[in-house]
Amino acid sequence: MLTINNLHVKLEEEDKVILKGVNLTVETGKVHAIMGPNGSGKSTLSYVLSGREGYQVTAGEAILDGQSLLEMEPEERAAAGLFLAFQYPVEIPGVGNMTFLRTAVNAQRKARGQDEMSSAEFLKVVREKAKALKIDAEMLKRPVNVGFSGGEKKRNEILQMAMLEPKMCILDETDSGLDVDAMKLVADGVNALRSEGRSFLVITHYQRLLDHIAPDVVHIMADGRIVKTGGPELALEVEQNGYADILAEVL
Amino acid sequence: MAQAKAKGGAERLAAVALPASGAWLAAARGAALARAQEMGLPTRRDEYWRYTDPTTLTAATAPAAALFAAGDEPAAFAAIDRVTLVFTDGVFDAAASDDPAAAGVELTRLALAGQADIHWARELYGVLEARGQNPVPRPLAALNGALATDGVVIRVTGKAAKPVSLVYRHAATTSDAVLHHIIRLEPGADLTLLESGPGAARFSTVTEVDVADGASFHHIRTQGRDHERRTLTHIFARIGAQARFKSFTLTANGVLTRNEVVMELLGDDSVAHVAGAAMGDGGFHHDDTVFITHAAERCESRQVFKKVLKGGAVGVFQGKILVKQGAQKTDGYQISQSLLLDDDSQFLAKPELEIYADDVKCSHGSTSGAIDETALFYLRSRGVPERLAQALLVQAFLAQAIEEIEDEAIAEDIRGRLEGWLARRMG
Ligand SMILES: Nc1ncnc2c1ncn2[C@@H]1O[C@H](COP(=O)(O)OP(=O)(O)O)[C@@H](O)[C@H]1O
Ligand SMILES: [Mg+2]
Repeated sequence: MLTINNLHVKLEEEDKVILKGVNLTVETGKVHAIMGPNGSGKSTLSYVLSGREGYQVTAGEAILDGQSLLEMEPEERAAAGLFLAFQYPVEIPGVGNMTFLRTAVNAQRKARGQDEMSSAEFLKVVREKAKALKIDAEMLKRPVNVGFSGGEKKRNEILQMAMLEPKMCILDETDSGLDVDAMKLVADGVNALRSEGRSFLVITHYQRLLDHIAPDVVHIMADGRIVKTGGPELALEVEQNGYADILAEVL
Repeated sequence: MAQAKAKGGAERLAAVALPASGAWLAAARGAALARAQEMGLPTRRDEYWRYTDPTTLTAATAPAAALFAAGDEPAAFAAIDRVTLVFTDGVFDAAASDDPAAAGVELTRLALAGQADIHWARELYGVLEARGQNPVPRPLAALNGALATDGVVIRVTGKAAKPVSLVYRHAATTSDAVLHHIIRLEPGADLTLLESGPGAARFSTVTEVDVADGASFHHIRTQGRDHERRTLTHIFARIGAQARFKSFTLTANGVLTRNEVVMELLGDDSVAHVAGAAMGDGGFHHDDTVFITHAAERCESRQVFKKVLKGGAVGVFQGKILVKQGAQKTDGYQISQSLLLDDDSQFLAKPELEIYADDVKCSHGSTSGAIDETALFYLRSRGVPERLAQALLVQAFLAQAIEEIEDEAIAEDIRGRLEGWLARRMG
């Protein structure tokens, strides 16, 4: 379970406040969606949870299954079960995708006191999961995200998620830049990972991804706060009327 | 007036005593010493020594250098089937060496060749070095030719059965070793030369390589890790038509390293690649100085130099491509990059192009930058600890230089060595 209490965040370098008291609880096994206009702070929330530099938490806390995330290093948060599928996956020239995946899987196992995966076992698992996402051997060999299309990058994020088996998955605009087929592939990948022990926070600007990944709860974020929470019908309301009505209503 | 500049090191050069040797070598030494005296020893005022202080290289005696305990680090090229010749502080160690005959090439030592009349050796010793003195003087290479106590003399007519591996051990903390190698690849010949180890407290090598038409020369070198060692190397190469020359150097540590490569592409359709990967921390000064002359048509030259610098380390790159008149369709590429792991480190680059032909493609780029924080965060967000993530990015940065090595087993040895170093330093 992820609990965020009264989270206030400003930029480290400037006096710009971005998150102005976010309160949110994602119960274990549930899928929550966060929708909201551009610039409302959705990506910032995901970065702050995963430990990116450049932000300063001025108040509040974030607790994942009893562990206080905000004091931890990014790699410790990952080992604790947090995963962020990036809105803009990063290209790393010179580091092979396979090497990257294997290093990450084994680093997390090591941090949890588990044995490393053998090469043979790793290969078997990665091939299986890659196949389901239509990621071919060539893509696995290439440097991380280098020369990948937008859709390939997003599928690669889901592959990493599948390999790392996190407890808490945050997907930041995973649907952006995808055509319908690619979105379907990504959604299937996410749905295959849904389980009792795993929670999702799906950040999206549009409702369409939520047609494929059915959320249990929908939150609307605006100007650094969660301004409204409801069921799946809230997403449909946004789809039909845009954000303006909802925002007018709460502000 | 410019001419009035006092010749550096005149006293030291006047006091030089040449090693005893047979007739042709004695003459070659005398001529080399005369060249050095004519040029004078380098000082920081010389154009190509502005970024690197030559004082400890020109001093009459070598500054002491402590020995480095390699610990569990495997010997370089251990898994490669090769013919090993060992020089300890510049002195050949027969007991530790393989039978040179196993390489399937004509191979003798300079100390022995000097006594015999080997006409091709006589035509090479000091000859390529002398050609390489113009337009940039390299007096320390001439001084090496005067003083070299030993080295290898290799002639290859076909494909060498095995790589020749020169292993340079460092045993005495004040050793001062000078080796000079001459290598002749006859038309169509093929040789891989491996070099490894620190060699001495102060170590100078000159390698003159004559690559005839259709021949291939592969050179892979790792320079020893002794933190206080000083190394000066020169490669002078003359390359014929449809020939290949490839040289790669891996350097980690050493208080001072200067690797000079001077080559001339004299025949059409040849390929010459020079690459280097260097990594240093603290009192580390690493200088790559390269001069490539294109004097024939349709030749390709590539320079790929990568340096990772930390804790006040200094990297230098001085690379020049000269395309002579008539050297049409030249393809010259040069890149030098450094990754600065902190604000104390420094990279000084002097890339130069001088082109006298109108139908050529030449490019050069020189950059230095910090580690990519976005990539670092991406790796860490997947659970990779910071130091390991940094090591992965360092390896990735150096990979482009290592890719220049054609032989996959040798490239793997280099990659493994680098990975081991990084794991010990950063893990
Ligand atoms: N590193 C940053 N530097 C400057 N402004 C930033 C930075 N990160 C976020 N912001 C600003 O904070 C606000 C929220 O951004 P973001 O979290 O990306 O929103 P969303 O993902 O909801 O579109 C925007 O106004 C954005 O410009
Ligand atoms: Mg965003």
